[in-house]
Amino acid sequence: MNSFVIGYYALLIGASCLAAYFKQRQIFLLIFSLTLVSFVTGIVGGAPALRSITIAAGLLALAAGVSYAFREFLIIIAPDGVAKELRTAPLTAAFGMFVIFTYAIAGIFAPVIAPFGEAEVISSAFAPADENMLLGADQLGRDMFSRIIYGARNTVGLALVATSLAFIAGALAGLLAATKGGWFDQFMGRLADVIMSIPSLIFALLILSIFGTSLFVIVIVVALIYSPRVFRLTRAVAGNVVVMDYIEAAKLRGEGTWYLIRKEILPNSTAPLVAEFGLEFCFVFLLIAGLSFLGLGIQPPTADWGSMVRENATLISFGELTPLIPAAAIALLTVAVNFVVDWMLFRSSGLKEV
Amino acid sequence: MGDILQLVLKRLGLGVVTLLVISILIFFAVELLPGDIAQAVLGQAATPETVAALREKMGLDQPAILRYFQWLGGALTGDFGVSLISGERVTEAISGRFINTLFLACYAAVIAVPISIILGVIVALLRNTLFDRVANVVTLTSISSPEFFLGYILILYLAVKTNYFPAIASLSTDMSFGELLHRTFLPALTLVLVVTAHMMRMTRAAIINLLASPYIEMARLKGVPPWKVIVKHALPNAWAPIINVVALNLAYLITGVVLVEVVFVYPGIGQLLVDAVSKRDFPIVQACCLIFAATFILLNLAADVGSILTNPRLRHPK
Repeated sequence: MNSFVIGYYALLIGASCLAAYFKQRQIFLLIFSLTLVSFVTGIVGGAPALRSITIAAGLLALAAGVSYAFREFLIIIAPDGVAKELRTAPLTAAFGMFVIFTYAIAGIFAPVIAPFGEAEVISSAFAPADENMLLGADQLGRDMFSRIIYGARNTVGLALVATSLAFIAGALAGLLAATKGGWFDQFMGRLADVIMSIPSLIFALLILSIFGTSLFVIVIVVALIYSPRVFRLTRAVAGNVVVMDYIEAAKLRGEGTWYLIRKEILPNSTAPLVAEFGLEFCFVFLLIAGLSFLGLGIQPPTADWGSMVRENATLISFGELTPLIPAAAIALLTVAVNFVVDWMLFRSSGLKEV
Repeated sequence: MGDILQLVLKRLGLGVVTLLVISILIFFAVELLPGDIAQAVLGQAATPETVAALREKMGLDQPAILRYFQWLGGALTGDFGVSLISGERVTEAISGRFINTLFLACYAAVIAVPISIILGVIVALLRNTLFDRVANVVTLTSISSPEFFLGYILILYLAVKTNYFPAIASLSTDMSFGELLHRTFLPALTLVLVVTAHMMRMTRAAIINLLASPYIEMARLKGVPPWKVIVKHALPNAWAPIINVVALNLAYLITGVVLVEVVFVYPGIGQLLVDAVSKRDFPIVQACCLIFAATFILLNLAADVGSILTNPRLRHPK
């Protein structure tokens, strides 16, 4: 029992008593469950475990603070209508937006931010971090930090392109199927069923084994695998819109299919589609990361998060954290997008729960 | 009962058709190869004579349709042909590994299913409280992490830094069952983490959906005690969504298992598939894909049949 441990428990128990006294149920529950968890981890792991809990709590508080500030910032700079929506955003969504913003900056300005080129060999293999290299060197002596920054551009960029393609193809097919109906609708529906009944990673592996791993093939495969999801959703959403009276009126006016899709159906089904784009991006991003991890994605020397994890995995057996940073970067972006999508789904539609 | 039988049979028929379509897809995808398999195996430098000889040896001079039926017939009797690289019979390469993979998936499922259903129901009952929100954030994070991220974190903290479990899941035949469970604990735990999060969220959504229906409100209003509402009114209708959730996530395990096997160097069929893909060993790729796809479809089928059989409205027709 050193003074840190005593202070730690004193603070937690004091804070929970205060919260209970002032009838702040939620805060009390939070702090007291943290105390209980600390008892268990403290007994198992001793003072170091408690220290890591303190650090984790501090990080959480920091993230919450940043997201709060970022939300207020967005509310001030956004136009009135958007600002009103933003006020309803939970902190998690604000955090998501902040992370996406950071990744976008890192990706767009990668050559300016990164101190070295992505394929530049500057030191010996697995050299430890020094004042030159923030995170040390990778298995060929390239700067880890620079490669992570460039990875934001390559990995996220590839995922964005693939998602956009999947989304455009799926949405167009869905809209066409909903407006045209008939055999086209039936055919596309069955096609989507077949593609969706093969596990996505397995399907991707099959195609990549045949056509080899070029970027073009990856984009096409991913689009092929994930467009049926978009197709189904668009088909369902547009199917509800198509039966409306104003569509009937437009048809009677003699408007063509393309006009109907662009001017009547699309504006009335954007909200779920935007949310689906976010979800789709997460799936695609994870699939591409998985493929690169298996050595079948973006090929070296281009920096890519998935393959960076694999190449530096040997460091993990020496207790090093650095190989996990690219993996954490993947997880963080996916979490962020999911947080934002969660909020949008909740706001836009039937997912409001009782 | 006639109705139910008919529904189930219809669904089974649909499953068989899907499986057939997928076998066609898997077989003919390889036919799309620029040139053909013989050319791809021997490379550009091969003389036309050697290519022709290999073509004949592999039976490539026969029409594709005929070869498809030979392949399908072989697959049904457990014969997937010969590996292009090692010349070993594909069935022999796969069979032992397939059992390992099944073992890993079952291990993960046995831990994950009860935990996630219980937690899912609890979270649904406590919805919109702090506990629910924390669970939401945690499960979302777990879903969003790539499997290899979770796997390496577990390796770092439970194998490298503390030595509780081995980092590499190497198996041998003379291991006791306890030893086996210990060796494969980390890969199983990784799968559990991912699948539990999925299952919890889906169970929660299903239960909340159910609790919002008018007949539950009616039961509450007429004064049925809360536990009785759950057991007598909600549960009979909840089986279908829960069975669905379980089967869908077991199907999800099939995909997750590939990455996890690579991380832990686990001797399963997923690793074999990845190796075969990078070596372009098509008979193995085809066989593995067919097995994975068939398992996936079977589990989906089980989900559908299960939800038909447990649907009280179908079991007691008017």
